[in-house]
Amino acid sequence: MTATTVEPESPPDAQPRSRSGERRPWRVSPLILAFVFVPFAVEAVWVFWPALQGFWLSLTNWDGLSAPKFVGFGNFGDMFSDPIFKTALKNTAIWLVLFGGLSVIGGFGMAMLLQKERRGVGIYRAALFTPVVFSLVVTALIWRVFYQPDGLVDSVLRGIGLESWIHPWLADPDTALYAVILPALWRQIGYVMVLYLAGLKAVDPALYEAARVDGASAWQRTRYVTIPQLKGVNSVVLSVIVIDSLRSFDIVWSMTKGGPYHSSELLSTYMYSTAFQSTQLGYASAIAVVIFILALAVILGYLIRAFREET
Amino acid sequence: MTNRFKTGGYHVAMSIVSFLWIAPILWVVVISLRSFDDVAANGLGSLPHSFTFSTYKSAWEDADEFRALINSLAVTIPAVILSLGLASIAAYGLARYNIPFRRTVLLLMLMGNLLPPQILLIPISRFVELTGYYDTLYALIAVHVGFGLGFYTFVLHGFMRDLPREIQEAATIDGAGPGKIYASVILPLTRPAMAALGALSFTWIFNDLLWSITVIRSGEKMPVTPALLGLQGLFVSSWNVIAAGTVIAAVPTLAVFLKFQKHFVSGLAIGAVK
Repeated sequence: MTATTVEPESPPDAQPRSRSGERRPWRVSPLILAFVFVPFAVEAVWVFWPALQGFWLSLTNWDGLSAPKFVGFGNFGDMFSDPIFKTALKNTAIWLVLFGGLSVIGGFGMAMLLQKERRGVGIYRAALFTPVVFSLVVTALIWRVFYQPDGLVDSVLRGIGLESWIHPWLADPDTALYAVILPALWRQIGYVMVLYLAGLKAVDPALYEAARVDGASAWQRTRYVTIPQLKGVNSVVLSVIVIDSLRSFDIVWSMTKGGPYHSSELLSTYMYSTAFQSTQLGYASAIAVVIFILALAVILGYLIRAFREET
Repeated sequence: MTNRFKTGGYHVAMSIVSFLWIAPILWVVVISLRSFDDVAANGLGSLPHSFTFSTYKSAWEDADEFRALINSLAVTIPAVILSLGLASIAAYGLARYNIPFRRTVLLLMLMGNLLPPQILLIPISRFVELTGYYDTLYALIAVHVGFGLGFYTFVLHGFMRDLPREIQEAATIDGAGPGKIYASVILPLTRPAMAALGALSFTWIFNDLLWSITVIRSGEKMPVTPALLGLQGLFVSSWNVIAAGTVIAAVPTLAVFLKFQKHFVSGLAIGAVK
């Protein structure tokens, strides 16, 4: 079991894990050192070293041609007066709340509805889960077809007599962001559902039995047995959702490129276009650092959980 | 009576939800089978008045989606094998031997995967340019391996750590060295975790957009996911061809999912950080 595994909190009287030291009596041979060192070196070259460079670049002014010029925290100061950055930050917050919140609610609700093994449940689960295997680009294109003028959305609205609602969903700055969140949710809900289903499966049935004997209603069983037992899953889901939200890029890039007029810009898309379209490499790195800082609390929580697993 | 009524209601409601969930996919399949004239005359929202496979031919040949799929597989398969191979030897060393600072090493590796990729984009695009690998599939494979390794190592480590000591002791008494123990004792036992991670990593790498558009420039080297975005430029407003291209791009991951359904779901339940 890993720190990331979805499992209910173990009861307090569970056997503590034996100290790891005494479980590994084998001496380290050069081969074993190489076994660890080579993958670590690969990751160092492709992740650790570039990450350090990324932090350093955020303190510079660089156009990719001349040498980077050190400007200290100047890039971060520039953000305060950058209206697009503010929009991107605001949209990222909206994204986190709406995309994150609704996928947790939807995923948890669906997991509760589909947790009992009964006829047909497998089909319902598979239906909700199918979008998870598609790339976000595929998801984006499916929904772009939908949103086209004369597309299905408009046809349905016309069909139910709501012609006045017909709208260039992706082309209107007021609706673009929300028109992108919807497909993202469509894909995420099934994923969150699977995490919760795994968590619900791990709850000891004896607890429900005991609650039932004590005369707890279905609602009370959910409130006092299920939800507390899902503490572990909740923290996993929360981490996944926050990190996913902050990383969200593909879906926005494929649907609107952050437009129209930056109305659906997220920090991730703004960072990308700043880096590779206007080649302000220092400023783009600073935006990346902001994304990192926003994710930091969750990353640390994750690592602390993993660390606890290890001790 | 009320119970049966309730069950009936449940199934009706869930069937509607499931249908609504699948409907967008079905709709795109339907559009991909319509002719251009039909779409132009009746709109994307109407029921089909035509049936053709020519859209698939256009996407496959004119848009060269065939080549894009080959590129995708040429990146995905080596990247999956390499990252799982490297992750499994690292996890084996860290989980079964007294490596100094092993906990720090493991958490560092995990942290590498938790970093937002945005931090790495600019340095990595520079790095592959300097080394002369910009715009090659090798660069893409390397990036995927480097970035995925930490998480796979962490998951496999958790799995290997809990294997009983006795099996390794027995093999040691039989005179097996660490390499042999890894290959013939530990690796076979981690097969379920490897299968789960294999299905997951295949999907992630195959579906990737961000790294591809960062280290690949030329159209003929694009994997299918970013190539699909280019398709929109090629077939402006030929939504039936774009739909066909979308279906083609979605088939491989769907196939992997259907074939490894159990592994896939258990892999996700490991609590992927994607």
